[in-house]
Amino acid sequence: MAEPGLNLPSLPPERLLGALRALLAAKGLASPAEIAERIAATDAASPAQGARMVAKAWTDPDYRALMLADGTEAALSLGIPMRGAPPLGVLEDTPALHHLVCCTLCSCYPRAVLGYPPFWYKSAGYRARAVRDPRGLLAEWGTVLPPGTKIRVVDSTADYRWMVLPLRPAGTAELSEVALAALVRETDMIGVTLPM
Amino acid sequence: MTARLAPGALVRVRDDWPETRGKVHIRTPHYLRGRTGRVVRHLGDFPNPEDLAFARPARILPLYHVLFDQPPIWHEGSAGDEILVEIYEPWLSPA
Repeated sequence: MAEPGLNLPSLPPERLLGALRALLAAKGLASPAEIAERIAATDAASPAQGARMVAKAWTDPDYRALMLADGTEAALSLGIPMRGAPPLGVLEDTPALHHLVCCTLCSCYPRAVLGYPPFWYKSAGYRARAVRDPRGLLAEWGTVLPPGTKIRVVDSTADYRWMVLPLRPAGTAELSEVALAALVRETDMIGVTLPM
Repeated sequence: MTARLAPGALVRVRDDWPETRGKVHIRTPHYLRGRTGRVVRHLGDFPNPEDLAFARPARILPLYHVLFDQPPIWHEGSAGDEILVEIYEPWLSPA
């Protein structure tokens, strides 16, 4: 119990954080080393990690197979920290099928490989429209799918986190894996845009 | 609980609204209640979030990826478009 009259939100955040860390250590819940590891993993999480996976999948069929079978293993094999992260599932786009990821319930997002979700991903507007009117939503993003492409909206509601493995853009045969990774944006891995 | 729904199985989502009976935490989207879909695959087994949310002992439940046709649910979609959602076994029955 906090002492009466102690207004926690008014205390300096560094002091609160220091007290919390000391308590976690004293109670054996999380060691300073574990907290440091978690901070490093959070700092490392960004769309660049997912982009590395996509570029590797575009150039290495064995890696592609691993990524589709077990996204978590595929991320780990590139040195992406996944400890404590929910299982990662990878959705493979084909010329006939385009994936669009949303979370109608809240904001489930594959943070380990894409970092923090963009603000609009968490908005009621995006969440409602992704499932109701995915084609209208893509049109507003300026995303034009080839005629005959089916849309599969993936509503992320439970224990997995989902990222899209988009199609490799035409005209990129000469590019290195690093150059390919630079083409891939977070929106491409959510499925609202296509890599260009 | 062992997974008893095979890939390809036609399933119906329980048309149930626990929200109307008290405080709950539900991961089955409301727009799918009472809808029929097809099991894509068993994703694994996970503790029931409906219990975890209240710090109750949680049963381990099979979780499935279930595919639904989009237009019958939301009429804005095009024929052939689909919605793929993770659903826990107690919400599903063979259709």
